[in-house]
Amino acid sequence: MTRRVVITGVGVRAPGGSGTKEFWDLLTAGRTATRPISFFDAAPFRSRIAGEVDFDARAEGFSPREVRRMDRATQFAVACTREALVDSGLETGALDPSRIGVALGSAVASATSLENEYLVMADAGREWVVDPAHLSPYMFDYLSPGVMAAEVAWAAGAEGPVTMVSDGCTSGLDSVGYAVQLIREGSVDVAVAGAADTPVSPIVVACFDAIKATTPRNDDPEHASRPFDGTRNGFVLAEGAAMFVLEEYEAAKRRGAHIYAEVGGYATRCNAYHMTGLKKDGREMAESIRAALDEARLDRTAVDYVNAHGSGTKQNDRHETAAFKRSLGDRAYAVPVSSIKSMVGHSLGAIGSIEIAASILAIEHNVVPPTANLHTPDPECDLDYVPLTARELRVDTVLTVGSGFGGFQSAMVLHRPEVAA
Amino acid sequence: MSTQSSTAAGASGRRVVVTGLGVTAPGGIGTEHYWKALLTGENGISELSRFDASRYPSRLAGQIDDFEASDHLPGRLLPQTDVSTRYALVAADWALADAGVGPDAGFEDYDLGVVTSTAQGGFDFTHREFHKLWSQGPEYVSVYESFAWFYAVNTGQISIRNTMRGPSAALVGEQAGGLDAIGHACRTVRRGTRLVLTGGVDSALDPWGYASQLAGGLVSTVADPERAYLPFDAEASGHVPGEGGAVLIVEDADSARERGVERIYGEIAGYAATFDPAPGSGRPPALGRAAELALAQAGLTPADVSVVFADGAGAPDLDRAEAEAIGRLFGPHGVPVTAPKALTGRLCAGGGPTDLVAALLALRDQVIPATGRTARVPDAYRLDLVTGQPREAALSTALVLARGRHGFNSAIVLTTHRP
Repeated sequence: MTRRVVITGVGVRAPGGSGTKEFWDLLTAGRTATRPISFFDAAPFRSRIAGEVDFDARAEGFSPREVRRMDRATQFAVACTREALVDSGLETGALDPSRIGVALGSAVASATSLENEYLVMADAGREWVVDPAHLSPYMFDYLSPGVMAAEVAWAAGAEGPVTMVSDGCTSGLDSVGYAVQLIREGSVDVAVAGAADTPVSPIVVACFDAIKATTPRNDDPEHASRPFDGTRNGFVLAEGAAMFVLEEYEAAKRRGAHIYAEVGGYATRCNAYHMTGLKKDGREMAESIRAALDEARLDRTAVDYVNAHGSGTKQNDRHETAAFKRSLGDRAYAVPVSSIKSMVGHSLGAIGSIEIAASILAIEHNVVPPTANLHTPDPECDLDYVPLTARELRVDTVLTVGSGFGGFQSAMVLHRPEVAA
Repeated sequence: MSTQSSTAAGASGRRVVVTGLGVTAPGGIGTEHYWKALLTGENGISELSRFDASRYPSRLAGQIDDFEASDHLPGRLLPQTDVSTRYALVAADWALADAGVGPDAGFEDYDLGVVTSTAQGGFDFTHREFHKLWSQGPEYVSVYESFAWFYAVNTGQISIRNTMRGPSAALVGEQAGGLDAIGHACRTVRRGTRLVLTGGVDSALDPWGYASQLAGGLVSTVADPERAYLPFDAEASGHVPGEGGAVLIVEDADSARERGVERIYGEIAGYAATFDPAPGSGRPPALGRAAELALAQAGLTPADVSVVFADGAGAPDLDRAEAEAIGRLFGPHGVPVTAPKALTGRLCAGGGPTDLVAALLALRDQVIPATGRTARVPDAYRLDLVTGQPREAALSTALVLARGRHGFNSAIVLTTHRP
């Protein structure tokens, strides 16, 4: 018999609030949390806007020692893990630790700490041969960031399979998809999965400046992220994290857990086309969507809401719109589609998990979050993108998708457990 | 306790075989060169030649010094790739050719996936971009930095170069991540994808990357390349970092037979990963449990295992812990054990996959390569370690172990394929 997997706990740290409730309040109010970069002097950069999180490590309960040891993204992941575990009501201490797994997604992992340590070791960039006398004892862990998943495992008491899934901007979908497979195949009964990225640092801003992928709309930061709008001109870089507790369905039911949603299906494909480019036809993303629905044994007409990748680059928005039409047919025109990146920006590997959080909260509250800043639709993007205002709607089944550098195209179907046959 | 998947094929009934190999490792690029270097005891560890490391407390590395990227890859790929990605692309080319996978091999779209591991990303490349950013300014940062650095780069580049559109992923788990990638590739095949290219490659031998590898104190400060990395030796003093790795083609056994594959290196019969208890718990590490789970998945017992390819950390406490785990499973001196990575250094994500290649070739040639220069194994380890010369033996099943810093453990069980 196939083991079914449900989400029973969630923790979010996203721009515009700390914690899951504030995150959902922001989304349903249609407010935006993008702002001028405050973490460093961004004057030399082309794009100077970001979705920053006002994260207070002390208030989150981290000791000064933990703050020294953990990269910012790791702190986000651990804070979300703790919130998700409390939310799930699971007494992890009472479980067999070998039956708990971890899958953590991150695209650029410990980039913040890497850059901080680089400036010390390379004398602010003056030295090519860095000075080993200034080597931090934690530097290996910033180079080889497996420790991020280890910290999550320690926070969760996990001793089953622990891994990082680092598929760039689809990491947050793929890590949860990985964990679902661990539970289905019987390797674990519980998994803590999700993703964290904190890329608002000079090197990452420079990366995207170089290819003009991020928006230069520096005079209007709150309205800079404009997915599906005809005036959009790039994404807004952001940071954040979301972590989930996933459980085998029967066990979750037995303990009377609150179930947000079942992960009905997940699939990923590659476009084998270009490291950063997308073909117009959306073919591989459409195939992921088809395969995810197939795995969930749901027809495309069952989809009540599509949580889009919606990064706000012209290339993405058109690619994705084509993929929806190709996979959902007529349903693509009828189903509400929205991008929360309009409000919280694009936190690279983390955003896929943050979007899963938005998807399960849409099911929980029967509300579809809007696409903010969408005033003048791109004529080539002609679906219902839920402009500006959240919509109340019975939501049983959500499709959420991601697209990333390297050609990754991932899709996940989340639904109320009762929906499945 | 709940159900555990317990047969080699899992619920799907699919068996996973290895049909192609590609190696870029210190001491030998190309599968047969690498294998020959292991059997003849050629040492791939030498003084770092990439930069002046005279200020560094350690100055040795397992370096690939006979690899000219432009001999193997088109010029347009060179400005956009880190050295590690070049190793990965070339190893992938070789593995695909070895498995007879080309445009005419009869695969449908989405039949071919890519699952790789790197623990360090395109580090040399990114160090150069950090240097440009901070010494010259943002406008000097390469247009390729956004993807040459991140951990998914090798999966993406291999997918593009070889038009592989199936389910794909990139995993990070330090030295254990390479086996995890192979395990996930097998899972992907069992879930219905016909063929997955998998493995792991790493390189971080630029000044910043190398310095970073020294953090944490696990790298040997012994200056003699013949004595610096001696896994399980009484004089073990740490390890030597190396670069490179291996790529393997794993495939559904029925599918391989249908397309007329003649040479099957072996079957991946079991894989499992575990994580050690948190520091301070007082409970023992979980490497042995990973081995037990992998054997259970293969439907085998320790008595079936003919050879163990150990993680071989080269640090006395870690060596002792591994020897104890092996002893608990197999009894004292109960199975031949080897750690041929003593000749290449520890390759991070590349370590597990190169060990897997060595184990497959050991099954093929019925010979176990030796543990580099290790000579004196403490009696207390009670290990039958293969030292000095390769050992001929009747081999049918190999257990490959890997550990990553902070508690990652992975194990793979390989068997000779019997259709």
